[in-house]
Amino acid sequence: MSTPETTPETPAPDLGPAILETQFLTKQFGGLTAVDSVSFKVPEQRIVSIIGPNGAGKTTFFNMLTGLYKPSLGRVIFAGKDVTTRRPDQITAMGVARTFLNIRLFGTMTAVENVMVGQHPRLKAWVGGSIVRTPRVRREEREGREKARELLDYVGVSMRRIDDTATYLSYGDQRRVEIARALASDPKLLLLDEPTAGMNPQESEQLTGFIRKLRDDRGLSVLLIEHDMKVVMGVSEQVTVLDHGEKIAEGEPKAVRHDPRVVEAYLGKQG
Amino acid sequence: MSTAADPPAKRRLPPLKGLDGGRRSALLAAVLIVFALIFPFFLDSGSALLEDSTVALVYVVMALGLNIVVGFAGLLDLGYVAFFAIGAYTMGWLGSSFFSTRDIHFGVAEFLQAQPGIHLNWLVILPVAAVLTALAGAILGFPTLRLRGDYIAIVTLAFGEIINRIAVNSDEGVFGIGSFNLTNGRRGITPVDKIDLPLVEQFTTLNIRPWYWTALVLALFVVFINVRLRDSRIGRAWIAVREDEIAAVSMGIPTVRVKLLAYAMGAALGGMAGTFLGSFFNTVNADQFEFSFSIFVLAMIILGGLGSIWGVVVGALALSFINTRLIPDVLNEVPSKIGLDFDLTQLGFGIFGFLLVIMMVLRPQGLIPEKRVQAELTGDEGERIDPIVHTRAP
Repeated sequence: MSTPETTPETPAPDLGPAILETQFLTKQFGGLTAVDSVSFKVPEQRIVSIIGPNGAGKTTFFNMLTGLYKPSLGRVIFAGKDVTTRRPDQITAMGVARTFLNIRLFGTMTAVENVMVGQHPRLKAWVGGSIVRTPRVRREEREGREKARELLDYVGVSMRRIDDTATYLSYGDQRRVEIARALASDPKLLLLDEPTAGMNPQESEQLTGFIRKLRDDRGLSVLLIEHDMKVVMGVSEQVTVLDHGEKIAEGEPKAVRHDPRVVEAYLGKQG
Repeated sequence: MSTAADPPAKRRLPPLKGLDGGRRSALLAAVLIVFALIFPFFLDSGSALLEDSTVALVYVVMALGLNIVVGFAGLLDLGYVAFFAIGAYTMGWLGSSFFSTRDIHFGVAEFLQAQPGIHLNWLVILPVAAVLTALAGAILGFPTLRLRGDYIAIVTLAFGEIINRIAVNSDEGVFGIGSFNLTNGRRGITPVDKIDLPLVEQFTTLNIRPWYWTALVLALFVVFINVRLRDSRIGRAWIAVREDEIAAVSMGIPTVRVKLLAYAMGAALGGMAGTFLGSFFNTVNADQFEFSFSIFVLAMIILGGLGSIWGVVVGALALSFINTRLIPDVLNEVPSKIGLDFDLTQLGFGIFGFLLVIMMVLRPQGLIPEKRVQAELTGDEGERIDPIVHTRAP
């Protein structure tokens, strides 16, 4: 009955300097510890995944990285700067962009406008300039719109659709627009919260291919939250497994997959 | 499939020959503006209709100001009357003999030079009031930043009431503290200087035309500001905050600054309108600044269509004329004719309420809905059908 506590150490392979690092990151909601002292690194220009069963604290962890939640303990370091106490909009302006598990587009705006909102930290027009519409503001608007079109094309939204209101887009297009919107802020790190949720296997495969292309084209680091093991194993270069808010394993996908504690977390205890 | 795709097409007006949608509405706007400009020549220079039209145009300014806060940024503001009050008092303080111990004059007519008090030209008072009310707007916005939806309404309502109470109770000491007379309470500040513009005929109670044109220019200016802001980075940020604050902040929009800016802009426009009305009514007194006024302006933008600039203009004109002409002049005979004995003007707000209920049933998106809000309200999946796919598969 007793399972020997074999914890095969899977030392994280050295993947280069980190763009994002967390140190003992902890979040407590009242008595519940949603994330418990998680330290981890996202190396530059790598694709890293966080996996774990439902309720493992993945999204909470994400929300701390982007500043939406303030950690109870621990630190978040992005590009060498401590961003633990920064506001979400400041963190985004520094180069962290994200998508949401339940798509959160601005429903009454068109696809192009959604992407232009994503450019907000990169544009400068303020009240006076917007009212007078100075040549500089005009140019900024024109270039912003052009860039939004290019991004939508890049993520694969049909040009016939880009002036459609976001709510009227198909589910797949909404996901694509959300990624374009995140890319619009010229991020260094892209956080994707279950990007393949609700997709069929082919679509998932396309998307993982696209994530790799993103990294190669734009030199991005990508942090994925995923549920789907196939996606994770196919695309990630490093996997971190959370369970009950704790990090239980980390390393190369192959090694992590066979880690008995990971198997246990996903499938339950054997015997 | 075909039935689902039809209704949106039917709603559109038949296109004028040789004009696309944008140019057609530009032409319509130009015709309306020209009509509005020459309209006073058809009327007696002191006619009541011209007076009511002037007030209606100022209400357009107020409604467009509130539209920035409620329509664009989605912050339900029930204390808008406060900014009307602050603007009007600024006019009263800087343009009357109220502070009779002071003796400051700038850019005013000769007969005013001889009078005691502070007398500044309206063109000076206007930006001062705009800045003061913008500050007041930001101060009001501050406690609401952490709140959402209905709770913002409660805080702003309280703010409007506080300003009203200060206005009522500051005739002997500000809010009863000290002995300085700030507002003269319900008696109010009167008379207030008439607006006086260079190169324009004299503004008097008997000649309403210059008042009307000034109000018209002010209203057009504010429409212009609204259009430009809506189609800008700021406007997109406001709408993003209205739609989904979490997503907005995650896209790098500093929600605090953006919301405070909406309050400040909306308030500044209300304050500018306030200076005009203070001068036009020739009095600034506490009874003008009741809570019901906030509701009145809010009803205008709901009637017209939240967030829709032209809708708000139409809503403001409609409610204003219903208030000043339809109810007292046209309908007031009705009760006595059917054997009832009451004054219909007393029921003004009942009638507005009734109108709003009718609107919500028949046309919840407003008279001229913003295209975004319309999409949100109708939200029917049938409209998604791609016309190209549709024709290919008969």
